[in-house]
Amino acid sequence: MSTAIKLPRLRLKGGTSLWIGGGLVATAVMAAVLAPWIALTDPVMDANLMNAEIPPGLEYPFGTDAQGRDIYSRIVYGARISLSVGIISQICNSLIGVTLGLTAGYWGGWWDDLVSGLTNLMLAIPSLVFALAIMAILGPGLVSLVIALGLTSWSYSCRIARAQVLSLKSQGYVQAARILGYGDLRIMFTQVLPNILGPLIVIATLGMGGAILSEAALSFLGLGIRPPFPSWGSMLSEARDQITTAPWLSVFPGLAIFFTVLGLNLLGDGLRDILDPQSTTRRA
Amino acid sequence: MTGPLLKVDNLRISLAGDGATYSAVENVSFEIGRGEAFGLVGESGCGKSITALAVMGLLRRPLSLGGGRIVLDGKEIQDASAAEMRRLRGKRIAMIFQEPMTALNPLSPVGKQIAEMFVLHEGMGWNEAMDRAEDALRQVRVPSPERRIKDYPHQLSGGMRQRVMIAIALACGPDLLVADEPTTALDVTVQAEIIDLMAELCAAKGTAILMISHDLGLVANMCKRVAVMYAGRIVESQAAEAIFATPSHPYTRGLVDSLPRLGERSKRGRQRLREISGVVPSIAAYPAGCRFNPRCPSVTEVCREVVPEATPLPAEGLVRCHHHG
Amino acid sequence: MAEPLLSLDDLAVHFKIGNALGGGIKTLKAVDGVTLDVKPGECLGLVGESGCGKSTLALAIMGLLPPTRGTIGVDGQEISGSKAPDRMRMARTVQMVFQDPYASLNPRQTVRRTLADPLRLHGVRDKAEVEARVMDMMAKVGLRPEQADRYPHEFSGGQRQRIGIARALILKPKLVLCDEPVSALDVSIRAQIINLLLELKDELGLAYIMISHDLGVVEHVSDRVAVMYLGRIVEQGGWQEIFENPRHPYTRALIAAIPDPFHRAAISAKAKARGEIASALNPPPGCHFHPRCPLKADICVSQDPVLAAVAEGHRAACHFRDRVS
Ligand SMILES: Nc1ncnc2c1ncn2[C@@H]1O[C@H](COP(=O)(O)OP(=O)(O)OP(=O)(O)O)[C@@H](O)[C@H]1O
Ligand SMILES: Nc1ncnc2c1ncn2[C@@H]1O[C@H](COP(=O)(O)OP(=O)(O)OP(=O)(O)O)[C@@H](O)[C@H]1O
Ligand code: SF4
Ligand code: SF4
Ligand SMILES: [Mg+2]
Ligand SMILES: [Mg+2]
Repeated sequence: MSTAIKLPRLRLKGGTSLWIGGGLVATAVMAAVLAPWIALTDPVMDANLMNAEIPPGLEYPFGTDAQGRDIYSRIVYGARISLSVGIISQICNSLIGVTLGLTAGYWGGWWDDLVSGLTNLMLAIPSLVFALAIMAILGPGLVSLVIALGLTSWSYSCRIARAQVLSLKSQGYVQAARILGYGDLRIMFTQVLPNILGPLIVIATLGMGGAILSEAALSFLGLGIRPPFPSWGSMLSEARDQITTAPWLSVFPGLAIFFTVLGLNLLGDGLRDILDPQSTTRRA
Repeated sequence: MTGPLLKVDNLRISLAGDGATYSAVENVSFEIGRGEAFGLVGESGCGKSITALAVMGLLRRPLSLGGGRIVLDGKEIQDASAAEMRRLRGKRIAMIFQEPMTALNPLSPVGKQIAEMFVLHEGMGWNEAMDRAEDALRQVRVPSPERRIKDYPHQLSGGMRQRVMIAIALACGPDLLVADEPTTALDVTVQAEIIDLMAELCAAKGTAILMISHDLGLVANMCKRVAVMYAGRIVESQAAEAIFATPSHPYTRGLVDSLPRLGERSKRGRQRLREISGVVPSIAAYPAGCRFNPRCPSVTEVCREVVPEATPLPAEGLVRCHHHG
Repeated sequence: MAEPLLSLDDLAVHFKIGNALGGGIKTLKAVDGVTLDVKPGECLGLVGESGCGKSTLALAIMGLLPPTRGTIGVDGQEISGSKAPDRMRMARTVQMVFQDPYASLNPRQTVRRTLADPLRLHGVRDKAEVEARVMDMMAKVGLRPEQADRYPHEFSGGQRQRIGIARALILKPKLVLCDEPVSALDVSIRAQIINLLLELKDELGLAYIMISHDLGVVEHVSDRVAVMYLGRIVEQGGWQEIFENPRHPYTRALIAAIPDPFHRAAISAKAKARGEIASALNPPPGCHFHPRCPLKADICVSQDPVLAAVAEGHRAACHFRDRVS
């Protein structure tokens, strides 16, 4: 009973979700950074058909796959790919979205109409479908994956940036900057942007989780990272046929995706509570 | 019956903050006679509104009544039940708020909102009540009231809305009208008209007014007696003319001197305005002793330690200062 | 005679309201044909009720709203609907102090950055000079050097307004527009800011446009006063003429409406305006003030009064300007 009352209060302070989310994300980041040292074997080269499909045990904590590669090592290396895809694509999305949203909100007029129309279009079509189309054109691979994911989900940050600019535009300090002779771009980047970073960081964090999921989905469909390179999505894809005979092949990459995405979402939530306290009511 | 209509005695209002409880208002005492207009003046945050809410029995968390008595017509109401207070409100005490839009129901025509008072408190039928509502609108000088009773609040200007609020408040002829900054959101010329109207109607009906404002001039113009609040305490109360002529508390004196007075410049040329140094303290950082002491020109050691007692002034006045003069 | 620093010629700013689909587009004439001069070192008081177009006029002068009609001449530079100002040059000539000290400072910039950035933008490259000018300006507005690295939320309302004033003065402008510079401040703080503005005016030879609805403040600081009603100037003249011998019935109503305990009923009740301010969306024909004017005659409804001289440097827009006294 007392915990039922306490939990939401902790959440309001950004406490629990921030710490759990941060912990999960930190674990994934550590795994990616320290991969060469904490991996037991080489994730690609150490194939040994003699060791194929060994269940989790002492020697291979997460078992081995059909080619006899250590799944734990592949997951640790896979974190590098999954996180890079998430981070790089989200940086692209934020750059595009924030630039469009800032300028559209600040300048208004036909540019705003154009950007808003484009945003609505992007929101109407699931970004995964968009990404699929781009991947189909560019062909599979890490680079095209990052491009596809980096170009297709900027609409959220764009919308947030635009809405925030609209509300800040008439604030005294933005007007004062214009009166002092600041150029439009200088105003956008020195006066407006620093004051809307909070919500944008939250959106980017949440978007990173989305990108990791999309990477998994695209790789699973064979469009993303191609075997033998380990990404969590491609590992799932490879494990498809052995799901009943060797479930650990899919369980561990699945758990890695689950906990990382959960961690990013919790982190985003926690950050929102700190950076943008008003949103707690909005969210309810 | 004799005795004051409203007597507030040693009122204390507690504010529960994170971890600590503050006294948002303390040692507040005043009396309002039948039909008398009484003014409560003070700066933003000094506790005027919550004092009014306490009188109305409308304090809600994190605010609560921390002590003291509120006596209406000889009857203590500070512990009255919610149902009892509901019966009193509207019928015996009515209230007008600063922003009428928030107090009016946006989804109901104003005529109906006035009529509701008659139905609720006087058990009238709706038809009769609507006729009375039209009369009430006419009384507050809303032009063509027969059409206006069908209007929704957003169709009226700010001044019109405040007139409607007055009509609602005075509908059942209450004994006391609590007006919390009733004209702050209005323009000067409209403000003057609303104030005149309020004073006139209350005088005609024998309704007493508790007028709350940060505008000393406005309150002094309309009320017989004025109390000045600073940081949760009443620091001085006097007859309206006296508060300008012979302000006794250093804060009141500073305030009266700091206002640029109309006509002063042509008489004596431009004089530098007298300043009150420092800033208004926040509720979490009210200083010990006299709460005005960090800003007071006459401060001495005792002011920083001892809370000054209320000292009587001639003509029913009071001042709360160790060195008043 | 000195060249005017600012001269407005038939300036109009209209807003398009509504959209083409729902109910059609209407024109709101926020400012409608204003002609005004401000000379170097002079303080022009601009008064008028809420919504009469004072802030819109200020924003147009600052080049933040394009004029619909007419021209603005600022220190030899001309702005019109088709000719945008050179913003850098404008910035060094005209600056503005805003009403709300909370919204007018960037919450993520320290005082030092707020003051130093504009200097660098305007070509002051020498670090030591920037620092010296920032410190000098902080001292001028009464801030201590160690406060330079604080953020706005660490300051009180009055201190923030000082920062806002410092920012307006850092480029050494000749004209400063003050849009209600004290009305968001605590009453006991206002005198500090008014005194500061007057001191800086004398020290730096500034010209001001002082927008305020507080006539006491306007009388105290102004050399000349312009009275606005629904987008137009209805009276303009030296401060003494306006306050002691107002010739427009609206000015008289405005002065009569001031709750001034020292001048109770100084101006007869006849001067008071009745009724509500008309909306700028559909102003009444002829003289905009006629629905509320105690002197209204038929000609007032059919014919626009022009702003014409009643005495040297004193003009009023009323058909009966010579009879009002
Ligand atoms: N619901 C509330 N929660 C927390 N604090 C409150 C609440 N209501 C009032 N306070 C605090 O109590 C103090 C007194 O508030 P009050 O509203 O009475 O001020 P006031 O004198 O009416 O000021 P104003 O002129 O701004 O209306 C203030 O410091 C205010 O911050
Ligand atoms: N951007 C805008 N779009 C449409 N209408 C506007 C805009 N800005 C102002 N107005 C309207 O123009 C009129 C004049 O407004 P303005 O803000 O200039 O009044 P003001 O005299 O400064 O009033 P106050 O004393 O309340 O500040 C008002 O009716 C207002 O609603
Ligand atoms: S008690 Fe002391 S500090 Fe307080 S007002 Fe009187 S003289 Fe000033
Ligand atoms: S022109 Fe007529 S209506 Fe207008 S102010 Fe003069 S007398 Fe009044
Ligand atoms: Mg209040
Ligand atoms: Mg304004």
